[in-house]
Amino acid sequence: MTKLLLKKLTKTFERRVIFKDINLEWNGPGLFGIAGPNGSGKSTLVKVVTGLISATAGEITIETDGKKLSPSTAIDYIGFASPYLTLYDEFTAKENLEFAVNIRGQQLDEAKMDQLLEHFSLLKRKNDFVKAYSSGMKQRLKIIFAFIHNPDMIILDEPTANLDAEGKQKVYDLVKQTAKEKMVIFATNEEEELAMCDEIIKILSYQPAGRN
Amino acid sequence: MFRRALWLFNKDLTSELRTRYAINALAMFIIVTISVIMFAIGQETISAALAGGLLWVVIFFSAMSGLSRAFVSEEERGTSLLLQLVASPTVVLTGKLFYNLILVFAMNMVILVLYSALFDAFVLKNVYIFFFSFVLGNTGLAFASTIIASIIAKANSKGTLYPVLSFPILLPLLLMLVEITKRCSEGVKFEDIAPEFFALVSYNVVIAAVSYMLFDFIWKE
Repeated sequence: MTKLLLKKLTKTFERRVIFKDINLEWNGPGLFGIAGPNGSGKSTLVKVVTGLISATAGEITIETDGKKLSPSTAIDYIGFASPYLTLYDEFTAKENLEFAVNIRGQQLDEAKMDQLLEHFSLLKRKNDFVKAYSSGMKQRLKIIFAFIHNPDMIILDEPTANLDAEGKQKVYDLVKQTAKEKMVIFATNEEEELAMCDEIIKILSYQPAGRN
Repeated sequence: MFRRALWLFNKDLTSELRTRYAINALAMFIIVTISVIMFAIGQETISAALAGGLLWVVIFFSAMSGLSRAFVSEEERGTSLLLQLVASPTVVLTGKLFYNLILVFAMNMVILVLYSALFDAFVLKNVYIFFFSFVLGNTGLAFASTIIASIIAKANSKGTLYPVLSFPILLPLLLMLVEITKRCSEGVKFEDIAPEFFALVSYNVVIAAVSYMLFDFIWKE
C-alpha cells in the first residue's frame, strides 16, 4: 500500500506563484489524476512530488507499506515518465532500461523487460539505438522506463503525448492493470484519461488575491 | 553506493567511447598545446624548472577543454532529468568523479609521455616524489574539475565560464605542483618538500569534502 500526503504545498519561481497551499491525501493502490489547464503547474507539481525540484513551502510524505520514504530512497520506489524526459540516444532500448534498473541497485528482470517491450511492440527493436526510434517509439520506451524497476508509485506526466490510438490504448491497458496493485498518478488534460481515475485534483492557474 | 556509482561510470565510459566528445577534444588540445610550446621554444635552451612549469600549463589547459563534458553533455542532451530520477546526488557525483579521474589520469599520462619524449630539458632527478605528487595532483584536478563542471553545466556560457571559474580554484593546486616538479628536477629529498606534499593532501581533502557538501544544492535546482 502506498500513501501520498501533501500539506500546504507551495511552489514559486522568484515572484511567480505556480501553485499554493495544495493539500491532498491519496491512498493506493489506484489511479489518481492531476488535472488543470496549460500552465497551471501540473508538471511542476509532479516534479516536486518526484523530488526533481524542491517545494518552496509545505510538506510531502510518501509511504510504502507504512514506511516513510526519505528523498534519497524515494527514487527507488517511484517510476516517472513524461514527454520532456530524454533517454540516452547512443544506447539501445535494452541498455537504457538496464541502466535505469542497475543504478537503483536492482537486477534487471529480463523476462519482465521483454514482456513490457512486447506489450508496446518494441521487442524486435530492443537492441536498436534509441536515436533510430521515432518520437512515438521513444514515448513508449519512456513508459516502460517508468515501470521497469517495479516501483510502488508511478507518475505519468502527459503519458500519451506523441502516441497514436494504438499506443494510447496500450498505455491505458498497462496502467489499468498496474493500478490494481500500485499507485498510478496521471498529470493530464485528456478527458479520456481523467475518466479512468479514482480521484482527481484540479489545479487552477494561480492568481494572487486582488488581481483580476 | 559505490556499486551504483560504478554503473554510472560504466554508462559514461561506454557513452564516451561511442560518441568521443571528450576524448577528441582532449587529444586535439594536447597536440596543439605541446606543438605551440615546441614552436615557441624553437632552438632555445630552457631550464628544467621552466620545463616543469610548462608541463602543468599543458595539463591545465587540456583539462579545461574536456573535463567539463561529464556534466555538460548530460545538460546539453537533456538527460540530466533522467539521472536525477534514477540516482541520488551522492551517486551521481561519485560516478562522475570516477569517470573524470580515469580521464584525467589517461590524459596526463599521454601528456607526460609526449612531454618527456619531446622536451630534453624536462629531467626529473627524484622520480618517486614526482610520481606521488602527480597522482595527488591528478586527483585534486579531477575533484575540482568535476564540481566546477556541475556548477557551469546549467549556465548559458559554459565554455567561457569553465576556465574562468576553474582558475582561482585550481591555482593553489597548480602552484604547489609546479613547485614540487621544480624541486624534483633539482633532486630534492622528501623531508625538504614535506610541507608542500601535505598541503597537496590537504587540498584534496578540502575539495572532496566541499564537493560532497555542496553537490546536493547544485544538482537539485
